[in-house]
Amino acid sequence: MRSIPSLARLVATVLALGLLSVLRPVVALAQDGLQPLLQEYQAEIAKPSRSTVEKVLSGLMAADRPGTAEFLLRWQDREVYARPTDGLFFYAEETGDALRLIDIDSGAAVAEVSSREVSQIRPNSGVRAVIAAALVPFELNAADPARRAAALDAIARSGDASQIDPLSQSIETETDPALKQRKERLLTLLTAQFASALPYRLAAIEGLAGDTSIEARSVLNQLTARVPGVGTALPTGANIANVLEVGTDISEVEAYDRLVAANLAPPRQSATDRRDVLAQHIVDGAVGGVPLHLLNTDAARARAYEALEAAGTVPPRAAEDEVARAVAAHVFYEAYAEPNPEVTTAAEEALSATSRALGLYQTLDLVLDGLSLASIFFLAAIGLAITFGVMGVINMAHGEFIMMGAYTGYVVQLFIPDYTVSLIVALPLAFVVTFGAGVAMERLVIRHLYTRPLETLLATFGISIALQQLAKNIFGTQARPLTAPDWLSGALTLNDIVSISNIRVAIFVLALIFLALLLFILKRTRLGLEVRAVTQNPGMAASMGIDPDRINMLTFGLGSGIAGIAGVAIGLYAQVTSEMGANYIVQSFMTVVVGGVGNVWGTLAGASLIGFLQKGIEWFNPSNTLAAQTYMILFIILFIQFRPKGIVALKGRAAGD
Amino acid sequence: MTTLLEVSGVSVTFDGFRAINNLSIQVAEPELRAVIGPNGAGKTTFMDIVTGKTRPDEGRVIWGEKSVSLLGLSESQIARAGIGRKFQKPTVFEAQTVRENLAMALKARRGPFDVLFHRRSRTEAARIAELAEEIGLLDALPRRAGELSHGQKQWLEIGMLLAQDPRLLLVDEPAAGMTPAEREHTTDILKRAAQTRAVVVIEHDMEFIRRLGCKVTVLHEGSVLAEGSLDHVTQNQQVIDVYLGR
Amino acid sequence: MSTSEIAPRRRFLAENPSVLWFLGCLALFTLGVTVLSEGFGLALISTSMVKILGMTLCLCLIAVAMDVVWGYCGILSLGHFAFFGLGGYAIGMWLMYARTQGIVVESLSATPIPPTEIEIENAIASQIFGVVGSNELPWLWGFAHSLALQLMMVVLVPGLLALVFGWLAFRSRVTGVYLSILTQAMTLALSLYLFQNDTGLRGNNGLSGLQNIPGLDHLPQSSLSLWFFWASALALGLGYLVFAWLVSGKFGSVIRAIRDNEARVRFLGYDVESYKLVIFTLTAVVSAIAGALYYPQAGIINPAEIAPIASIYLAVWVAIGGRGRLYGAVIGAAVVSLASSWFTGGGAPNIDLGFYTLNWTDWWLVLLGLGFVAVTLFFPRGIGGLFDMIVRKP
Repeated sequence: MRSIPSLARLVATVLALGLLSVLRPVVALAQDGLQPLLQEYQAEIAKPSRSTVEKVLSGLMAADRPGTAEFLLRWQDREVYARPTDGLFFYAEETGDALRLIDIDSGAAVAEVSSREVSQIRPNSGVRAVIAAALVPFELNAADPARRAAALDAIARSGDASQIDPLSQSIETETDPALKQRKERLLTLLTAQFASALPYRLAAIEGLAGDTSIEARSVLNQLTARVPGVGTALPTGANIANVLEVGTDISEVEAYDRLVAANLAPPRQSATDRRDVLAQHIVDGAVGGVPLHLLNTDAARARAYEALEAAGTVPPRAAEDEVARAVAAHVFYEAYAEPNPEVTTAAEEALSATSRALGLYQTLDLVLDGLSLASIFFLAAIGLAITFGVMGVINMAHGEFIMMGAYTGYVVQLFIPDYTVSLIVALPLAFVVTFGAGVAMERLVIRHLYTRPLETLLATFGISIALQQLAKNIFGTQARPLTAPDWLSGALTLNDIVSISNIRVAIFVLALIFLALLLFILKRTRLGLEVRAVTQNPGMAASMGIDPDRINMLTFGLGSGIAGIAGVAIGLYAQVTSEMGANYIVQSFMTVVVGGVGNVWGTLAGASLIGFLQKGIEWFNPSNTLAAQTYMILFIILFIQFRPKGIVALKGRAAGD
Repeated sequence: MTTLLEVSGVSVTFDGFRAINNLSIQVAEPELRAVIGPNGAGKTTFMDIVTGKTRPDEGRVIWGEKSVSLLGLSESQIARAGIGRKFQKPTVFEAQTVRENLAMALKARRGPFDVLFHRRSRTEAARIAELAEEIGLLDALPRRAGELSHGQKQWLEIGMLLAQDPRLLLVDEPAAGMTPAEREHTTDILKRAAQTRAVVVIEHDMEFIRRLGCKVTVLHEGSVLAEGSLDHVTQNQQVIDVYLGR
Repeated sequence: MSTSEIAPRRRFLAENPSVLWFLGCLALFTLGVTVLSEGFGLALISTSMVKILGMTLCLCLIAVAMDVVWGYCGILSLGHFAFFGLGGYAIGMWLMYARTQGIVVESLSATPIPPTEIEIENAIASQIFGVVGSNELPWLWGFAHSLALQLMMVVLVPGLLALVFGWLAFRSRVTGVYLSILTQAMTLALSLYLFQNDTGLRGNNGLSGLQNIPGLDHLPQSSLSLWFFWASALALGLGYLVFAWLVSGKFGSVIRAIRDNEARVRFLGYDVESYKLVIFTLTAVVSAIAGALYYPQAGIINPAEIAPIASIYLAVWVAIGGRGRLYGAVIGAAVVSLASSWFTGGGAPNIDLGFYTLNWTDWWLVLLGLGFVAVTLFFPRGIGGLFDMIVRKP
């Protein structure tokens, strides 16, 4: 069975054949054709191995007969056959059960044979890699840009000095500007690594300064790679990076271990080893004259061992002062693998410029990360902030509204298979569902508890555990997928360091939209005016003909609805489980409390602070997100000490005692 | 008569609104003083500042012989220094009995451990009975404060104020919601208290103030407009303009 | 003067008959369980049931503490289970260390050469911490070898944490819902901290094997469980007595006043913050003691026990039992926690509705959540409120 990629390669080969046949008249002056040359290397081609393939390749390259590239390609792709009877090589086409043999030089069909009469030549992957590398100069000048790009990728993966010349020659004839740029860049990298002329090399290294791509950094890192060394004196002629001082740069234990590894000192005896040795020399309930029951201290064991040593039954061991003396007698250093100090100095300089640029980009990346986390917190918390601000009610079931929104998205996807359409349907539907749930909860429960805020907290917690368990009973405990459409699944990539996934960009945009929408509703609409009036002074608002009941209901619905939309957004990149809301609720509380209650800007400030802070702490200790969260919460607890009413303090119902 | 409380040059601003503007008032001990003024004149804010509820933006509040600044003290420290306050809206602990309310207010050490190991004594019980008698709540001692009428709650709060045995009593609208007879009784209690202490009364009711027969301070827009006897200030043209003659 | 100082205790009990009633009921219950237990003879109550009942008594004790801090003082702490857990960790460290020490010493005694102290310690460390990839004893375990020191830690660690946290929070006048969220944040921070492997408390593995008491290996679990049951009952009785005394006098009057109107209490000259701090710290210490009795019966403690949700459940128990009355808290904790384990443990029969089988392990939490909402809405006084109706009726 032929797979699609190999078909594609076949097509590429055919195209290459076309190109080569155009070139043929030019090289037709060469004599004798390829087959006789191939016969010179008959054994090596028929049974290719890593050790022999170089010889074949250099012979073929040197002769440069027409059809060499095509042959190499086909050889590499296992499309060359040998006829055991006369040792000739052929290309072949499958015709039903038989093979049609094609002459290598003329391209004409010469015979039809069964597959048993010829043997297919199967170079192993190592050999194929060598062939591919040898093909580079050909490929670099190939007519097909895709092949040229593939060749460049091959060079980038495993470059060597021999590629410098073909690469630089191919640059002049390169027509595609992008490829030309890529070629020039690769040439710089290769020159920096392998060029024999020092000035070119130094110039190339300088050119890499500040280049943050992974390729450039790995080249510079290779150039400045260090090898640890030890000796009685610094070796002459070595390119020494730095001399290690025992005690500051390297501990005595490590230093001695290096000596042992370099066979410059006898190994140290561990406590366990000593105990085992002692155990082998128990005589009459004592070791070296020390009774067994006394051997439970280090001092006694040392005494026993010394006695054995004195008696000559055990070899002497490295005592502490010997270790110190041995370490003092040697010098420990790190040497560059690259022997030329000018090169390493230039590389170090280039590297430090790069790390400055790197720091800059990493900061940018961190800012983007923080921004997207802040957006998520903002979306998760803004509904909570609104209800808390307007009604003085902490809704512990807010997280479950987020979950409800996410499950709504999941259910919509069950009915609408197109992810884009289902997303467009899910967002408003999630809003409607959670808006309804919020209004129902406000009417049935919260309305009766306005004067008892702590009990509201607990009652909504009751609803929260009921909803969570309900979701578990309906959807099961395993995570449900909420798949993002294709156009959301990629990432925006600036360079090798800075990239951000499209979903996070979308969430950021969504957060911005909601920020604008809420500001519009609160500042420009009648509802917003009434909401602000109720927030600041419910009694006065009621006396001015505003129905606080209606406002409370709508506000609660709005806050819950936004939670539903946030749920869809969060579900797109996190998993949809019955517990997903609980994971966000505490952070949402923090956001509200830190930001200050009942103010959109306050929530924004709180979300930004928490988002950036969490990313910032993670940056200091990237391996441990749990620790980052711990420290962030501690920070928040301390922050509340100094600003008990949050960043943006508000005077109003919620602000009162 | 020595100066007990000196408020000088105090200003406070809420969100751009200047509630108290360069206010200076001195209260002597003993003295009975009435503070009047239209709504928003800063009467209650003045009390808030003295009792530590509101921190002024500028100015000084000096207390007692040792001239302690009250601005650095917390509400409870100020109360322990000898300033008692009765709020405009009667605030008693409604879930507790009248006796418990009075016992809590009774002058004694206030630390948590002092209170924890506090033992009820006969002198204490007698003092509570005496206070309850004075405010007419002797029979109501075992009743819950929440069951009392509005007037009785006012009494209870006055009783709690007296139980604290403060040197300065700040009394915000004590007669609101009282019958004429009750008002008269209140006047008597305040007058009697003022024989040994400083008493500052905020009131709207001119009859009540006339009956107190004391020095009157008129506040307007956060500062003192006039000061003197009631007759004196009621003849002041400015006062008539802003307050009486509206 | 003289009469009041002769016997304040008698007067306290005389004024609070419910305390005597409670202590009597507790004594009867303890006696009953003892007589019916496996360890004592009749074996009508299994050892695991004795353990569950003993653990329930500990939960009742922390519920009483929660009632004092919330029902009486008005601080809805969502962090008292953190103190409970810390108490459990503190005692668990000794239990685990001492038991591992016994095992290690025994296994090393088989080697020809007797072990040094460092070897013993290293062996203990790698035994305990091998599971989190470490073989060194963290500094946190410096006292773990001593029961007396570790018992001090039971009180000191949660006490100090409560003191510092309370001082910070009350000083800045954080109240109401804000304070609840702040205590919840503290709990979350603590549990996240404990979940880490490198904090010296075995990360999410927690401490285990706590039901084996070093030095009492010869006693069967059936009698050990009784000992712990009695200790729990004693702790609950003493805790109840102390708290009932605390809330009955003038101190109780002040903290209830703080609950109802803390600003007014300040104007009476009371330093509200220090009262709150005393209550917060004291209840935290009692919670820790309850935890230290609970986890040897449970046998295992891990950071999930400290998660914020546990503390919210604590508030739920107290609310269902009835706030502001200590026996209410006991009833709430006992009823809800026992009902929870009955329903989720498969004790309750499933109900076949014809079209759907109601499985209680799935539906209990829904019932509890909705029931809790109903209690908050319709019976704000909780189960304890029913007693009022009975008492007031005649």
